Parts: sequence; structure tokens; C-alpha cells
Amino acid sequence: MNTTLDIVTSKGLTYEQKVVALAHAAEDSLEILNIPEKTRHYMDIGAICDLSEGHAPYRPRYIMPDYEKAIREGCEFLRLDPPKDLDELLSFLMIFYRHVPSITTYPVFLGNIDKMIEPFLDGISDEEAAKKIKLFLIYLDRTITDGFCHANLGPEETRAGRIILQLEKELQNAVPNLTLKYDPDVTPDSYAELALYTSLFCANPAICNHKMHKDTYEDYGVSSCYNILPIGGGSYTLTRVVLPKLAEEATDREHFLKELLPDCLKHMGDYMNERIRFLVEESNFFESSFLAREGFIDRKKFLAMYGVVGLAECTNMLMDDKSKTYGHSPEADDLAEEIMNVISDYAGHSDALYSEVFDGHFALHAQVGIDSDHGITSGVRIPVGAEPDSMFDHLRHSARFHKFFPTGCADIFSFDPTGRNNPAAVLDIVKGAFELGDKYISFYASDSDLVRITGYLVKRSDMEHYYKGEAVLQNTVHLGGDNYRNAHLENRKVRAIS
Amino acid sequence: MCIGCGICVDKCPVQALTLKKGAGEGRRGAVIWDETKCIQCDNCIRVCPYSASPKIRYMEASEVFEQVSKNIPFIRGITVSGGECTLYPEFLTELFELVKTKGLTCYIDSNGCTDFSRYPELMKYCDKVMLDVKAWDKEVFYRLTQGENDIVKKNLVYLAEEHKLEEVRIVCLEPEVDVEATIRGIAENVEKYLNQFTLKLIAFRNHGVSTKLKDRETPSYEKMREWERIAGLCGFSNIRIV
Repeated sequence: MNTTLDIVTSKGLTYEQKVVALAHAAEDSLEILNIPEKTRHYMDIGAICDLSEGHAPYRPRYIMPDYEKAIREGCEFLRLDPPKDLDELLSFLMIFYRHVPSITTYPVFLGNIDKMIEPFLDGISDEEAAKKIKLFLIYLDRTITDGFCHANLGPEETRAGRIILQLEKELQNAVPNLTLKYDPDVTPDSYAELALYTSLFCANPAICNHKMHKDTYEDYGVSSCYNILPIGGGSYTLTRVVLPKLAEEATDREHFLKELLPDCLKHMGDYMNERIRFLVEESNFFESSFLAREGFIDRKKFLAMYGVVGLAECTNMLMDDKSKTYGHSPEADDLAEEIMNVISDYAGHSDALYSEVFDGHFALHAQVGIDSDHGITSGVRIPVGAEPDSMFDHLRHSARFHKFFPTGCADIFSFDPTGRNNPAAVLDIVKGAFELGDKYISFYASDSDLVRITGYLVKRSDMEHYYKGEAVLQNTVHLGGDNYRNAHLENRKVRAIS
Repeated sequence: MCIGCGICVDKCPVQALTLKKGAGEGRRGAVIWDETKCIQCDNCIRVCPYSASPKIRYMEASEVFEQVSKNIPFIRGITVSGGECTLYPEFLTELFELVKTKGLTCYIDSNGCTDFSRYPELMKYCDKVMLDVKAWDKEVFYRLTQGENDIVKKNLVYLAEEHKLEEVRIVCLEPEVDVEATIRGIAENVEKYLNQFTLKLIAFRNHGVSTKLKDRETPSYEKMREWERIAGLCGFSNIRIV
């Protein structure tokens, strides 16, 4: 979209998508952030990428309201009393969600949805509850028209969770994305198996390693593309270092590791601080939002996600022996670890503004990529089409690199539909992966209409409409459609129980 | 099993097979299979007068264990099947002993023609057995397998008493298999243990079948449900149709 007029006259955008695009264009007409020359250079070559967050941040990128507090206390600004029964609860949430902003303009986090519903199921039959929750889920899918929206389940088994899983299988909705927080000591096998079984029909839920995340903050939620963030807070921003773009400027490996990378990391951190500064000190978001005023969010629980993408390609570019590649050669993986150590070392010593909840540092995040990326693999993943033959080797590799990322790092596996016949074996794989240190894993069936793109879900059938130039309800269909083609996701290796 | 006649060697489209004369236990020698050249077309098996596969590799128990180890911690145990794995009880014992050091479970998938009670060492390591009961009547069993089913019945009781039965399987196809008699026969013989294992009623499918049964149709779902109902009346508590 080049001009405002293009947006206004587009045939491929819905009315709602035009409004959002126009707001974005208006924001980008401002030039108020202080961006040094060197930073601009890194941005021009694509090494620092702010994911088009906009030129004047006026709301945090990801907001994780404390919904449980809202349900307990009600909301003065929205004139909502604490709900007393299931109908009131679902109505309360539908209204509340509508007022939770984010980078996408839609809520990216809907809370621990099973735990919020569970106490309201007393005296209600499964059948009655399912009918009400079904309407609620349909409402979310049709009104939150953006796939970067996430609800959480578990780790405990709940009746509400079971009902939601059963409904999801039937509804085939892209929104919300669901994650089951899974802890083998807390989550019963039968419940985890139901979750995995469901995911092989509708790509939901993904599975989060609860043990590895539960002590990251006081309490955490999973939002958007599996961002692990503090509840009652969130992330101000997410900027990413696009490693292969930076590596293009390297004269050799030494130069990259010792000079180029540290310099770029520092400039990116400074840039993120500039965004945080404007948001906190000038935008008046925290002053004007009822969420902050009524304590559903607290400025002190926000941090900034420091994104890393394309480790695979960067490593391969810096390898002298081109036959030794990331995910296949121990030497390449050692180099990748060396690169990650430089980044991790920077993050651990960084000074991030207003980031008390993360000890004043930036929080590393394995960024999943965007629609326009070509030849840049998500975070620290092994490139699509070059995955190791053995899924187990793949997962061992993942564990080695997941450890660097406190705010989210994940793998996606396209799985043979026969996995539906043996969810216990799929669970064994998850257990093994989590034991080794994998942080987050998701599956979708290779024959499923719903596919997980980088972290969010899109229907293949919707992408077909988009490819024909037709307007589609969810704007993530645009992103997913381009990403699916550019990243050749159809080549993802299909895994199976061997 | 391959007898080393070498008929398949020339029929391989990618020259993945060679005949090593005088080697092995075969008639003319041993057929050597090059896994790296093989395109898995299975032509060798089709042209074999005995439907045997030359695609085999001899391994020590320790080598199999090494392969198993690569799957830790993504598996909770192993199941050995076949052919008929219980034809090699000493090998299994050796393998299971190794596998047990890693805390994995060891299951056997068997047609029940080897007397398990004769191998106490193997049974010490074996957690559970999945047992085929191909038919109940002696004659019916013989027509199907050219073998005797006394040992199968003996194993059924022995394994049940030892609490080592994981599942008992009947491949359902009438009239070749006396399905109802088999269900009833099992129930009568291990009456006290019917809640300790799964009865799996497998609907015959002709996929991959090259014998005289290759054109036989799968029993109807209604028929399978009828057998399931009979099994329920006989006292089985876990019944699965597949």
C-alpha cells in the first residue's frame, strides 16, 4: 500500500482492514523518534527490523491484562459488575476484550480461558455449557479478525478445557490460537492426549513447556505467536535483528562476531529504548488507559522483546565449508551457538528502559519471521525443507537453541494424520522433547485445512481466496498467504510416529 | 526367509542386489542388499518364489540396542515384532536385558507359536505380550496356518496368569476364521483375567495381501459390532475394533 488513496480504494481489504491501515499510515507520517545515522544504516540493509510497528508508539505491542482480577472486581470504566454466572462471564469477557489494544489493534491475549470459565460451570450440564461456550468461541473468531490472538489452557485439567477442546475440533476456527501449558507432573496424560489429538484436527492447541516457563515471572501467559510474557504486563515493543542481512556486511567470521554483531545489537537496543521512552514518557498510554488506571495492567510488568531471526542462514553464510550446514553439522551448530552466545551476552548486560520485571534487560525472543521474508528462517529453526530425517534429532537440536530465549521459542511440525490413532505416542515425543529442554511445540496434520504459519493459524481455503485477490475476514490470511508461499511451507517435512 | 537362490538379483532395476556365492546358509550363496542403492520398489519380493525379502541386514543385539538408544527420551519402551520374533528367544533376551538398563518397557508382538514358559529369562525382562489368536478350532487353525494351536492356547493361559497380556488379537474374516468360537474360547480359558487386557478385533483388509485371500472383502462394520457385542457378553471389558 503506497498511498492513502490506495488504501481507501482497495478491493482486497475489508472496511475494518482499511481503517487499521489508514491509522497506520497516519502514524507513519510522523517522524518523532530519534534514530541515529548508524541505526538507520542497519535498518536500510534490513539487519534491524522494527516489524513496521509504526513511527510513534502509542500502545504497547502486546498487552496481557489480568482478566482474573477484572472478573473478581468488575470494571468501573466499562461499567461492568463482577460476573455471577456463565452468561454474565462470557458477556463480560466479550465486552472487555473489545477494549484491549495491541499492535494489531485486537487483543493478543485472552487469558487462561479454562480457569476463568471453570468456576462458573457449577450446576451447569456439559451440554448447556458447550452451547454457550460455542457461541462465545464463534464470536471471538468472527470479531477478532486477526490470528495473533491467543488463549491459554492448563496445566490443570478442567471441565471447561475439555469442552473447549471438543468444540475447537468441530469449529475449525483460526482464532483464538490456543496453548496448553503442559507439565507432566500436573497435567494428566489423558488430558494432554486429548489436546494433541485435537491439534491433529484443527492445529490447536500448541503445547508449552510449563516447567521451563513458570518461574520466568510471577505469572506468565502465552500471547500472539507464543510470546511468553508477564500477566498484568506485556511487551512494549518487538524489534528484531535479521542475522543474515547483517552477515552480508561481514568481511569474515571474526569481524562478524567481534565487531559487526555487537555494534548492531547495541544500536538495536538503543532504538528499542527510544521506542519505549516515547511510549512511556510521551504517548500518555499508561495515563489514559483504564486498564492501567484500574490495575488490570501495571507499567512495571512490561518488558521489551529483543527478536532474533535467521540464525540458520547466518550460520551457513559464515561457514567456510558450505557443505556443513546448520542443523546437520556439529561445526555449524557450534558456530551458531557462538553467535547466540554473543547475543545472549549482550542481552544479559543490556540496559532496557522501564523493564523492571526483567531486571532492566531486554528479553530475547526467537522471532518467527514476517510475510515478506525471503530466505530467512524463523528464529533459530532449521530451514523448511532441510529438516533432519529424524524428528528426534530435530528436537535435540531445538533444545540446544531454545535455551537462549525466555520470551518464546517454538517448533512447528506438520504431522501425518495417522498420529490421530495414537496420541499417546505423540505425547511421548512431547515429553521427551520437554525433558531435553524444548520450550514449546505444536503440530498440525498434513491434511488439515488449518495450518500454523509461523505461530498463528490460517485456513488453506482462506488463503486461496486471498490469492484470487478477494477480501477475507482475517488480516492474518494476507500475512499467512504470503508467508506460506515465500517460506515454501508446503515443503515442511511431514513427521510421523515411526 | 531368503534361501539365497538369487532369482531376484537380475530383477532389481537399480542393481542393489548381488549374489555372494558360497556365503551364508543359502542354497547358492547369500543375496547382498545395498541399502544406499535401493529404491524400495519391492520388485525383489514380488519375483521371489517364496515371497521372501532379500532386504535384510544381520545385526547383533548390541547394534539393535544402539538404534533403540537413539530414540531416548522420546519413547517409553520397545515392541519387537516380525515375522515372528519369538523364533529368536535368546536374541530377544539379550536385547531386552540391554534395553531394561535404560528403564524402557519391552513388549513382544507374537503369533504365540513359541512356548513362552520355556524361556523364563526372557519373560523376566518382557513386560507384556500382544498375542494373535488366529483361530480356535484345531482344523480351522491348521487350514489357515498349516500349524497347531495347542501352544497358542497354552501361551494364552500362561501369559494371563503371569499378568503379561497386553492385548489379544483376532483378525476377523469368515469363514476362514471361526471368530465367534475364538472369542468364546479365549473368554472361557482366561475368564478371571478378562479385565486385564484389550481384545482387539481386527477387520481383515486385503491391502498388501498376495495369497488366495487377496480379493476378499473386509467384514462389514455391522458384523464387527456384532462380534464386539458377543465379546462384551462373554465378559471382555476392553474391546477395540480396528
